[in-house]
Amino acid sequence: MSSARAARVSSPPLNTVNPVTKLCALVVLSLPLLLTIDIVSASVAVVLIVLASPLAGFGPVRLARRAWPLLIIAPIAGISMLLYAKPGGQIFWSFGLINISESSVTLAVAVTLRAFALALPAIVLFAGIDPTETAYGLIQVAHLPDRFVLGTFAGARLVSLFLEDWRSMELSRRARGLGDGSRLRRLPAMAFVLLVFAMRRGSALATAMEARGFGAPGKRSHARTSRLGWIDLALLVGCVLIMAIAISVAVVAGTFRVVGS
Amino acid sequence: MSVAQQGARLEARAWGWRHAGRSAWALPELDLAIEPGERVLLAGASGAGKSTLLRGFASVLGGQDEGEQRGELLVDGMQPELVRGRVGLVLQDPDTQIVCDRVGDEVAFGCENLGVAPEEIWPRVEAALSDVGLAVPLSQHTGQLSGGQKQRLALASLLAMQPSAFLLDEPTANLDPSGARSVRDAVERVLDRTGATLLVVEHRVELWADLVDRVIVLDSAGRLVGDGSPKAVFAADFQVLLDAGVWVPGHTPSTSARRPGPAQTLLAARELAVGRRSTPPVLDDVSFDIQAGKITAIVGNNGVGKTTLSLTLAGLLAQKSGTLRAALELARGAGDSPIRWKSKELLTRVGMVFQEPEHQFLTSTVRAEVELGLRALGIRGAELTDRVTQLLGVLGLADLASCNPFTLSGGQKRRLSVATVLVTAPQVIVLDEPTFGQDRNGWIVLAELVAQAARDGSAVVAVSHDEQFVASVADVIVVADAGGTKVREVRS
Repeated sequence: MSSARAARVSSPPLNTVNPVTKLCALVVLSLPLLLTIDIVSASVAVVLIVLASPLAGFGPVRLARRAWPLLIIAPIAGISMLLYAKPGGQIFWSFGLINISESSVTLAVAVTLRAFALALPAIVLFAGIDPTETAYGLIQVAHLPDRFVLGTFAGARLVSLFLEDWRSMELSRRARGLGDGSRLRRLPAMAFVLLVFAMRRGSALATAMEARGFGAPGKRSHARTSRLGWIDLALLVGCVLIMAIAISVAVVAGTFRVVGS
Repeated sequence: MSVAQQGARLEARAWGWRHAGRSAWALPELDLAIEPGERVLLAGASGAGKSTLLRGFASVLGGQDEGEQRGELLVDGMQPELVRGRVGLVLQDPDTQIVCDRVGDEVAFGCENLGVAPEEIWPRVEAALSDVGLAVPLSQHTGQLSGGQKQRLALASLLAMQPSAFLLDEPTANLDPSGARSVRDAVERVLDRTGATLLVVEHRVELWADLVDRVIVLDSAGRLVGDGSPKAVFAADFQVLLDAGVWVPGHTPSTSARRPGPAQTLLAARELAVGRRSTPPVLDDVSFDIQAGKITAIVGNNGVGKTTLSLTLAGLLAQKSGTLRAALELARGAGDSPIRWKSKELLTRVGMVFQEPEHQFLTSTVRAEVELGLRALGIRGAELTDRVTQLLGVLGLADLASCNPFTLSGGQKRRLSVATVLVTAPQVIVLDEPTFGQDRNGWIVLAELVAQAARDGSAVVAVSHDEQFVASVADVIVVADAGGTKVREVRS
C-alpha cells in the first residue's frame, strides 16, 4: 500500500482528475476547433497544449513518441483540402477537378493543424485512464444508469478476447488447407463466425454477472466513491483559457473564420 | 471473517428442464435434498444435465425462451430467484466470468450488487482474498492472473458475497495440476470457515473425494443412479459409474498396447525460441526431435507457452530464433521450413487441433465437418459415407450428425475437432489439450484414437495437463519451463 501511495505522490496532477472531467475537458478543447477554420487559432491551441502537457506527465519526448503517427495522418486530411477545396485567390496549378489555389493551400494548412489540435488533447487526457474509475465516474458523477455503464465496460473487456479469436481462426484456416489465396475473400465467413463467438461470450458474461447478483432488485452500493475536487475545476478552467487565448489571438490577428463563412 | 453463516438447504422436487428447441429433457425428473452444510460431489456423463441443475439453483437458467421447466427447485424452502445471493456459482471457464479490470473491484462487484455498505465492502474483499490464498495487490489487472488464480478470484468474489452454498461447475477443468490443487484447497478452507453447503460438478472425482461427504451420480439420461458416501458409492456398483463416464478412483483406463517403430525424425527443433509477434519469446532454447510413430507430450504450468510452442511446431507461427527443420520424408519437395509451406502443403503434412474446438469448425453440420478432410484426400462415394458413419459411431456422435457443431456440448466438440484432424492422417499431428472436458468414456475414445494415429505411423505431439493421458500414451515428455525446457524419454 505504501508503494502505491508513493507512486501517487510522484504522479502528475492529471491522474487525480475525475475521468468524467477529462471527457468534458476534451469537449471544451475540441468544440471551438470544430466550429472554426483558420490557421492562427489552431496553431496557438497546439502550442499551448504542448506547453501544458508536462502537467499530465507528457514531457516532449513521451509526447513525440505517442503522437508521431499524427505526422502521417494529419497531412492526409490536409491533402484533400489542398486538391479539392473551392479555389480562391491566385491559382497555382490545376488539372481536371483539382485546383491548387491560394485559399486551398491556406485551408490545407489549417485542417492539418486542426487534426493535431484535436488529437493531441485526446492522447494526453486519455493515456492511462482507468476503466473502472471511469465507470464509477459515469455512474456517480454523470449519473448514468449502472446497468448501462457496467454492461458496456464489461463488454469492452471482451474485445481483447475477440482479437484472440480472430487470430486463432486465421491460423486454423491455414491449418485446414484454406489459408492460401486472398484474405479479403475469407473475410465474410470469418466475420460471421466471429459474430457467433461474440454472442456466445456476451451471453456467458451476462450469466456470470447475473450469478453475482447483478440486475437483482434493490439498490446497488458503490465500493469506491467518485467525486470532483478543485483539481477538476482547475483542469476545466485551464482548458477554457487555452481556447479563449487561441480564439482571441485569431480575432486580433484578423484571421478568425467560422466554418461555412 | 467473523460471520457465523449457516449452510443453505438445496432441494429438487420432481424437477426437470428441457432446452428450447430440443425434444428430449436434459433432466427428466429429479428428486433430491441436500442438507445445510453438506459437501456433495455431483458426477455423471457429459450432457447429463449437471450444469443445468447448478444453474437452476443459482437462478441463471434464463427465461422461457431458454427452455422449459417442470417441478420445482428450492433454496431454504424458497424459490431460487427470491433468495439470489444465498447461493453462489463458479463456472468452468474463468475468462468468461471476470467482469472488472482489477482484482479488488472484481471481488467488490458482487457486494455492490447486493447493496453492501461501502465501508463494509473492503474488509470483506481483503478477507475473501486471503481465505482463497490469493496474495496479489488489489490493483492487479485481472487479465494478468494465471488460470488457477482466476478461479480462486472467482471463488473469492463469491465468498465476499457471503453465500450459504457454493455451486462449482468443473472449477478445475482448465487448470494444470498444481492450479487445480490450489483451487481445491481454497474451497476446503472456505467451507471449514463458513460451514456453507457445497455442490461441485467434476468428472475427475479423485481430487475431491476426500473433501466431500456425499456423491451423487446421474446417468446420461439424467437419472439418479448413485447417492451416498464416497466410499459406499464407489464400492457399490462401480460398473454403473463407469458406464456413466465417472472416473472411479482405482479404475484408471488404459489404452491398448503400442510399440513405437524404428526412430525416424520428421521435424527437428533446435534451440527454438517461440513467442507471439511483437512480444519477447515465452520459451527459448527448446531442442527435441519429433519422430514418426511416437507420441510426444508437452507438459508444464498454465501460461508457460505450451500453446505457442505447439503452434510453432505446426507451422502456423514463425519462431523467434533457432530452427525447425522438416526431414525430406515430411517436406516432400516443399522446402524444409514448415512456416513457409502453403496452406495446401501444410494440410497433408501437419495437422493441428486447436485448444478451442470452435475456432476450427468450418461447416454447418457435424457430418460435413468430418467429410471435409476426407474429401480433400480425394475420397468419394460409398467409401466416404462408410468412413464418416463409422467414425461418428466411434465418437458417440451418430445421433448428432446433422446438428450444427457449435451446438454440441463441450466434450462432444472436443471429440469432433480431434477426429476431423486425425481422419486425414497427416504425418505430424499436433494436439492442444486433446482430452479437455471429457468424461471417462469420451476420454477412452480420444486416447484410443490418438494411440491409433501413432500406430499408423503419424508423429503425434500433444500439449496436455492431463496426467493420466500423458502417463498412458506418451513416449517422450517435454517439460516446458521458462527456466529451461527438459526432454525425457519414457518409452522407447
